[in-house]
Amino acid sequence: MDIKHVAKLANLPLTADEEKRFSAQLTAILNLVSQLQKVPTKNVVPTSQVTGQENVFRDDKIETERILTQDEALSNAKKTYNGYFVVPRIFKNDH
Amino acid sequence: MKITPIIGLEVHVELATASKMFCGCPADHFGKPPNIQTCPVCLGLPGALPVPNKKAVEWTIILAQALDCKINLISKFDRKNYFYPDLPKGYQITQYDQPFGENGKLGKIRIRRVHLEEDTGKLQHEGQQSLVDFNRSGVPLVEIVTEPDFRSVEEVDVYLKKLQRIIRYLGISSADMEKGSMRLEPSISLSNDGSLPNYRVEVKNINSFRFVRMALEYEIKRQQKEPHIQQTRGWSEAKNATVPQREKEEAHDYRYFPDPDIPPIRMSNEQLAIIKEQIPELPEAKLTRFVKQYNLSQYAANILTDDKNTADYFEEAAKLSDQFADIANWIINKKADITTLVPAQLVEQIKKSQTAMPVDKTALEQAIKTVLSANPKAVADYKKGKTAVIGFFLGKISQAVKIPANDMIRTVLERMLNAR
Repeated sequence: MDIKHVAKLANLPLTADEEKRFSAQLTAILNLVSQLQKVPTKNVVPTSQVTGQENVFRDDKIETERILTQDEALSNAKKTYNGYFVVPRIFKNDH
Repeated sequence: MKITPIIGLEVHVELATASKMFCGCPADHFGKPPNIQTCPVCLGLPGALPVPNKKAVEWTIILAQALDCKINLISKFDRKNYFYPDLPKGYQITQYDQPFGENGKLGKIRIRRVHLEEDTGKLQHEGQQSLVDFNRSGVPLVEIVTEPDFRSVEEVDVYLKKLQRIIRYLGISSADMEKGSMRLEPSISLSNDGSLPNYRVEVKNINSFRFVRMALEYEIKRQQKEPHIQQTRGWSEAKNATVPQREKEEAHDYRYFPDPDIPPIRMSNEQLAIIKEQIPELPEAKLTRFVKQYNLSQYAANILTDDKNTADYFEEAAKLSDQFADIANWIINKKADITTLVPAQLVEQIKKSQTAMPVDKTALEQAIKTVLSANPKAVADYKKGKTAVIGFFLGKISQAVKIPANDMIRTVLERMLNAR
């Protein structure tokens, strides 16, 4: 278990102590879940949905009543400036 | 050793729907004050539920059909997970293994896939902080990915212009590079033997057709001198060069998985046929028809069919008069303002100008022909867009027919130039 990699992907800063603790816990969880691998699924069609629903759409209409005002949108922000959310500068990564 | 550039393209196009991809906020964000078009869905607030915009899905399928793609009868949306301040949910809703369209082509360029996703917010860097505006967050974005089939910068240019025309004909996006509704990311490598190299350089931050040319030409030169390594570079307008972009140390690990909030989309062949009927005559077909039906030069037909409105205008006028070449000429040389004149008025003006003809038409055409044949270089200049040579021609012609240059002579001259 590469705990550093997982922590980075989850954007969580872990202390050395936490790394050790969570590494053991995550490994135990993965081992537990991996019991599922024993279930024979050769004849089961893969699915990512269990609701049975399909084609749930909305019409292309503006729903004015749901739009937040600028003040509402920014109301929980730690820092704002001239109507913008403000975050520490992050250099452009490749996405 | 012959070096061949191997180029592939990713093009992103913002759809011109009224509302966003998964919520009812307005999609038109250009030039709006920040953060006035958001809601819990596009701000990624907990518990908000995305619902796909039907029109955006149909438009993506229309575009995929226009690009000869195979349409997947079952498709779905997936989550692409990464952290970045312009992505409030911590993932982007996109399509991974079941995009709407696959395996298409535009000319001889193969299209790998056409898929639908949501745009991110917009970041502005100022000093040590970044300002975030989420008006653009959740705007429907179509991505068109080609195979690495381009072998020259010229081919890229032709493809992009063709693609932009098709998108505009379909009326699904303004495809405006300056406003960011069309964005390009070429990948380029150099091959010694024509086979695919084991590296590629992705170039970002390109916002005009001119810059895509410049960036690719720069890369072709650079890669001949520097080692071939896989990397992402950005086009720097200030430096007129591509510069390496700071990259993540680790390989991408987006952990795609099906978005459990959005049920899959199933299309029947009947539904696809109905969607396909909405595709209008596409630019290539229209151009070919214009040349044939109206006996126009390739040059004139190309200009007239560049945008659909001009083509429609021409056809309206052509219903009223069979002087197709004159109509084409008046439109192309902007002798009349077609934004204020209805086609019938244009035809009327053309007729009027011809009745006032003070010189025998055959004699005039003969004189023009002689002048044009005697000055091939000036003709070539005109074709390159140097319309100033018109004055030179008019001088020669008026000497030959012995009357001062006038509008009528100019009209016939331009018509004959365009037909060459």
